Amino acid sequence: MSREARAGALLAALAAALAALPLAANSYLLSVATLVLYFAYTGQAWNVMMGFAGQLSLGHSLYVGLGAYAAAALFTKFGVGPWAGMWLAMALCVAAGVAIGLLAFRFGISGVYFALLTIAFAEFTRIGFDHIAWLGGPGGLFLKVEGRKTFDLANLRGGQTMFYYVMLALAAGAFALCAGLLKSRAGYYWRAIREDEEAARALGINTFRWKLLAVAISAAMTSLAGVFFAFYYNNLFPEQIFHISQSIEIILGPIVGGIGTLFGPILGAAMLTTLADALNNLVAAMGWDIPGVKQVFYGVILLLVVVFVPNGIWPPLAKRLGLGRGD
Amino acid sequence: MSTSLIANVVIAGVLTGLVYGLMALGLSVIFGVVRVVNFAHGEMMTIAMYAAVLLFGAFRLDPLLAALPVAALFFALGYALQAGLINPFITRPEHSQFILLVAVATILTNLLLMVFGPDARNVQTDYMLDSWALGQVLFDKARVYAALAALATAAGLFAFFRYSRTGTAIRACADNHLGALIVGLNVKHLYALTFGLGAACVAVAGCMMTLLVEVAPSVGPSYTLLGFVIVIVGGLGSMPGALLGGVLIGVSEALAGLFIDPSAKSMFSFGLLILVLLLRPQGLLGRRP
Amino acid sequence: MALLEVRALSKSFRGLRAVSGASFDVPEGGLVALIGPNGAGKTTIFNMAAGVYAPDEGEIEFAGRRIDGLRPHQICAAGIGRTFQIVKPFAGLSVLDNVIVGALQREPRVPRARALALGILGKLELAAKQDLPASSLTLPDRKRLEVARALATGPRLLLLDEVMAGLRPTECDQMVGVFRELNRGGLTIVLIEHVMRAVMALARQVVVLHHGEVIARGTPAEVVRDPAVLECYLGEDTEV
Repeated sequence: MSREARAGALLAALAAALAALPLAANSYLLSVATLVLYFAYTGQAWNVMMGFAGQLSLGHSLYVGLGAYAAAALFTKFGVGPWAGMWLAMALCVAAGVAIGLLAFRFGISGVYFALLTIAFAEFTRIGFDHIAWLGGPGGLFLKVEGRKTFDLANLRGGQTMFYYVMLALAAGAFALCAGLLKSRAGYYWRAIREDEEAARALGINTFRWKLLAVAISAAMTSLAGVFFAFYYNNLFPEQIFHISQSIEIILGPIVGGIGTLFGPILGAAMLTTLADALNNLVAAMGWDIPGVKQVFYGVILLLVVVFVPNGIWPPLAKRLGLGRGD
Repeated sequence: MSTSLIANVVIAGVLTGLVYGLMALGLSVIFGVVRVVNFAHGEMMTIAMYAAVLLFGAFRLDPLLAALPVAALFFALGYALQAGLINPFITRPEHSQFILLVAVATILTNLLLMVFGPDARNVQTDYMLDSWALGQVLFDKARVYAALAALATAAGLFAFFRYSRTGTAIRACADNHLGALIVGLNVKHLYALTFGLGAACVAVAGCMMTLLVEVAPSVGPSYTLLGFVIVIVGGLGSMPGALLGGVLIGVSEALAGLFIDPSAKSMFSFGLLILVLLLRPQGLLGRRP
Repeated sequence: MALLEVRALSKSFRGLRAVSGASFDVPEGGLVALIGPNGAGKTTIFNMAAGVYAPDEGEIEFAGRRIDGLRPHQICAAGIGRTFQIVKPFAGLSVLDNVIVGALQREPRVPRARALALGILGKLELAAKQDLPASSLTLPDRKRLEVARALATGPRLLLLDEVMAGLRPTECDQMVGVFRELNRGGLTIVLIEHVMRAVMALARQVVVLHHGEVIARGTPAEVVRDPAVLECYLGEDTEV
């Protein structure tokens, strides 16, 4: 079987399994699966900026938060549903991302300084939102929960199964989008920029514009995760959604799985989320109530991956499965 | 708003700023020499603060005195961290190093959370409520002691780098890595030494800080970011810049707390960071990165 | 009108005058070598032509159009390709993908760019290695890749910066053959070279730089006999 055929078969099997999961799993398992898909999705979105264009963002929580608040505000204050609200969410996040990118790239900020800049913007916004009373301030913004029995796709009100499928659709869409982007001119140009920006410029690539494009796409994709977050959890607190720990959780999947690859973020998210959940259950079962265990676990995994498997777990795994160099 | 109130706030800001400056000095030294962005800096500060709190709780040891053993301990730990974990990463891409330290920071913050719980703790020495008065203006004793200790430590560090052979060797490494290797300097050892010194600075700063504020596991990241704001504003690679930056941030935070909203203090610092990164990334006293 | 005209070009870096009043022309279809001791300003001139720096004084005209001050990607779009003194392959990409990046400048659609890239790899005898990661190539192959990538953008003028450095004589001769053929096909080439073997074999015109100034111009045979050139660069006992 050729490499492509094998990859296609595995992909089809995975898709079928995911689509059929609600039939076999209970509500709790579905919620874990939804969380896995959420981080697979945000990881893919972040990966566009980092893995493709080589720009390290540690402030992606900014886009989750802005997207969430935009859609939630439209819903609670103006009765506008999420399918319409998501357009504002995306526009807002693209504007924010482009603004940050414009400022950074025009002034030649890159690498670690760029990462610090993204952190600064996210933190600035976090504290700022604490002071916006109209959006609930530190006390939070709440969406009315109708109850698990209703099924209102238009307003994203419903049970676990509905949210699972919405997140699955988002994650599948992200995967398809990234696969398409990688093979396109954009994908080639981004990877060139990531490898050697000066050489890329000498080949006619307007690196400024292409980097901005990566930032814009990444921000737009992440904003949708925010919209989902708002309607799934029904409460938003600036302290939580803009917090740097959110940004770090987003990058864990791609780093553990493999930056710049298609499957890396998905694999990473799957591993980390399920293991963390198992860990939490284990600790709870032992009767302990220790906050912070999950985060220590994340930190340790991150450390081990960065030291021993810096390119992520997916590339060597892909080789084993005969899927080639793991793109 | 009376001038004496403003004067008091500014003075408090300057004194606190000197402690901030010492913390940032540690960061500047590490980044300036080893070129590692120590994302775990704030966490190290937090651990030092907890150490001071514990020593005070167990032995009623004044943080000013506790600073000595804690600094020695941190020196050793910093050395070990650099030699053991970070040194191999010097040749790796920048983002790899950064993420390594993000991982360390995450582990440290949450270990603290697991061990100490989320509630804040503090130290209560006898002189913490005293102050000296100069006319209408008040100087908190605790703040003055802390600031003096910070200045003394900074001076010691300056002297070390200026006048000692090892200090000069470290500066050589910072200026020219390859050249240092060629000349036969044991660069790995010097890097580890530098990290140890940076950690020791943080340790002293942390102990001093317990005289001024309370500690909780969550303060780690804010100190890291604060450290970066100061180092970038003051200028990377410039030791006086770190102190100057610290004082500037201390004063502006204090004034922002007075005129705007106390909780918006750090927002101001982040705004300043953004501006400096964009307009003058070498900071006030630094060389162009 | 020459394809590339450099007029009274000057550039200083923090008080050090790297290039001072340099002027020369490159005719269409020409093969010009820039030679001179290290620090003479050769790469600085290249970098100004390639858009990396803007000159302090002077002008550069390409096909009748002023290009000094344009940025690198605009220079490439105008029809000038360049290689780097220290090769800069896209290490994580395959050999073919490296060249596709260049080809996308000419053919924005990936399938066509791929076909174009394959053709160029063939011309530079790298076709067999197309799927290897660029990081695994030997130095001579990396140099070929660098040239292939620049060629893929479809330039009218190719700037080669010390492309022979580090190559053995046989490898050098092979590269000379490749460039001769490209030049016969209409490509104008300007090269910075220290390897006199290549300069004498390839160049039809030589421009000699010293301390940022042009001190001699002419055919290789003329320049090699010029006393000023012998004194500052080639040495009295030069045999080529």
